[in-house]
Amino acid sequence: MSRVVELARLMQGNEAAAEGALAAGVRFFAGYPITPSTELAEIMAERLPRLGGKFIQMEDEMASMAAIIGASLAGVKSLTATSGPGFSLMQENIGFAAMAEVPCVIVNVQRSGPSTGMPTAPAQGDVMQARWGTHGDHPVIALCPSSVREAYDLAVRSVNLAEKYRMPVILLMDEVIGHLRERVVLPSPDEIEIVNRRETQEAPADYYAYRADETGVPPMANFGTGYRYHVTGLAHDETGNPTNDPDKAESLLLRLHDKLGRNLEDILIEDSRSLDDAEVVVLAYGATARPARQAVKEARRQNIKAGLYRPLTLWPFPTASVDRLARQARTIIVPEMNLGQYRIEVERTVRGRASVVGVNRVNGELIAPGEILQAILEVVK
Amino acid sequence: MGDRTELRLSGTGGQGLILAGIIMADAAIRDGKNSIQSQSYGPEARGGASRAEVIIGDEEIDYPKVTNPNVLLVMSQEACDKFASDLASGGVIIADSTYVQELPAVDGQICKLPISQTAREEVGREMVANVVALGAVARITGVVSRAALTEALMARIPRGTEEINRKALELGWQLAEQGSTGVL
Repeated sequence: MSRVVELARLMQGNEAAAEGALAAGVRFFAGYPITPSTELAEIMAERLPRLGGKFIQMEDEMASMAAIIGASLAGVKSLTATSGPGFSLMQENIGFAAMAEVPCVIVNVQRSGPSTGMPTAPAQGDVMQARWGTHGDHPVIALCPSSVREAYDLAVRSVNLAEKYRMPVILLMDEVIGHLRERVVLPSPDEIEIVNRRETQEAPADYYAYRADETGVPPMANFGTGYRYHVTGLAHDETGNPTNDPDKAESLLLRLHDKLGRNLEDILIEDSRSLDDAEVVVLAYGATARPARQAVKEARRQNIKAGLYRPLTLWPFPTASVDRLARQARTIIVPEMNLGQYRIEVERTVRGRASVVGVNRVNGELIAPGEILQAILEVVK
Repeated sequence: MGDRTELRLSGTGGQGLILAGIIMADAAIRDGKNSIQSQSYGPEARGGASRAEVIIGDEEIDYPKVTNPNVLLVMSQEACDKFASDLASGGVIIADSTYVQELPAVDGQICKLPISQTAREEVGREMVANVVALGAVARITGVVSRAALTEALMARIPRGTEEINRKALELGWQLAEQGSTGVL
């Protein structure tokens, strides 16, 4: 047996996300278990105490989100996991974390909704909620895996991005990937890049909690290390104290967005297949990218110039890449387990330069390769 | 499609079909193959329809669900009625005759085995019917080796249950051997 075969193991998507978060240094989890994300809480409950971390089962998702914000301010990389109904309850505090610039990661393993929907059935109905679920013009990063290995890698990346840009990051999974078990070979610890938050070099008396340097991201001072400052969801100045000054409020909000805007190259990741000469592009993410990949392979066997474009970073939207697709392709097909939430964004960027077609399912079942292939065949006929 | 086998293990919630699927997929990896396991179940802890799906092959597996299984295990009449017509041409249905009385005509083989009854009467625990089924499925289809299956089983059961599980697997294996000369 080769070494690779020995290291290969059967692993579940939720398990991989939990392991990835732990590998990235997460040592605090607060949550309220909910199908289909429960395995994350189970694994954290078992693993964290052994690693010197803490697991708390909270009374609800509002409190879970509050707890991970508190833990993060005290300097510990923090995570929660939920599904649609819990994600709704977390929204207010996700906005707080964005405004107060608190690094934290929220895993949302999407299930069929709205409301409690079908708890054990997959959906991709929270794509827009991940973007706009909390009020106000907040920045957001949402990453979306299509395999068990990717759930691991993107969990690591979510923690890194949260620490680097001081903000909540959403790992947007779905029931298919969360519950899927497949063969994986995980990277060894020395292959994993770990990013830690930048801490201030200033003495407590000279420290301004929200004074950004040239990076746009203020260095942090962890609570309990002698630094005293105010953390609020209100608009605030460099000290962290509330302000109603229009100029200060606006410059804060613009800086929060600029953190992402000037770092898109670092934040946006994507994957593609057979895209070079593709006239029909299937744009798919999460579990739906898997039947999409099979459909594209089958189309190629039939000599159809089809390709797959797969954003792993759903938010911020990969405008430059989709713009390129709009100039290249005749048609862009967007299969989703929702009624076209991401398609709307694609259309907004394509602006009529290519036709944009949806393949949609909201019955709690994964879209089949044949349905996507059918859509491809209809465009080229 | 190359060397690729698609299995659907179906029955009622509580029969341990998802665990059986996990063990089957795990065994395939121990055999050095690629495999993937997914499931479909209701919110109930017991009862309701439940199914696990496993795809075993050498290539990259894109779509993780099974549309037309080559191997279909049915451990309830409801599952049999629902899924028998999905069987791929030339496939095999392994039916637990304890619960499945009526079997439709299919373009493939049918193998009726008293899986749950064997677990109940010969191990004394119907709970291990899923492991009896695993032994039978592995023996009939040859998709995983017995050594890998035993290893995967031992790695995924609660401590202290090794003996009854080992026995259940053996009984399933034997059942299939008898069945392959008798019923098939």
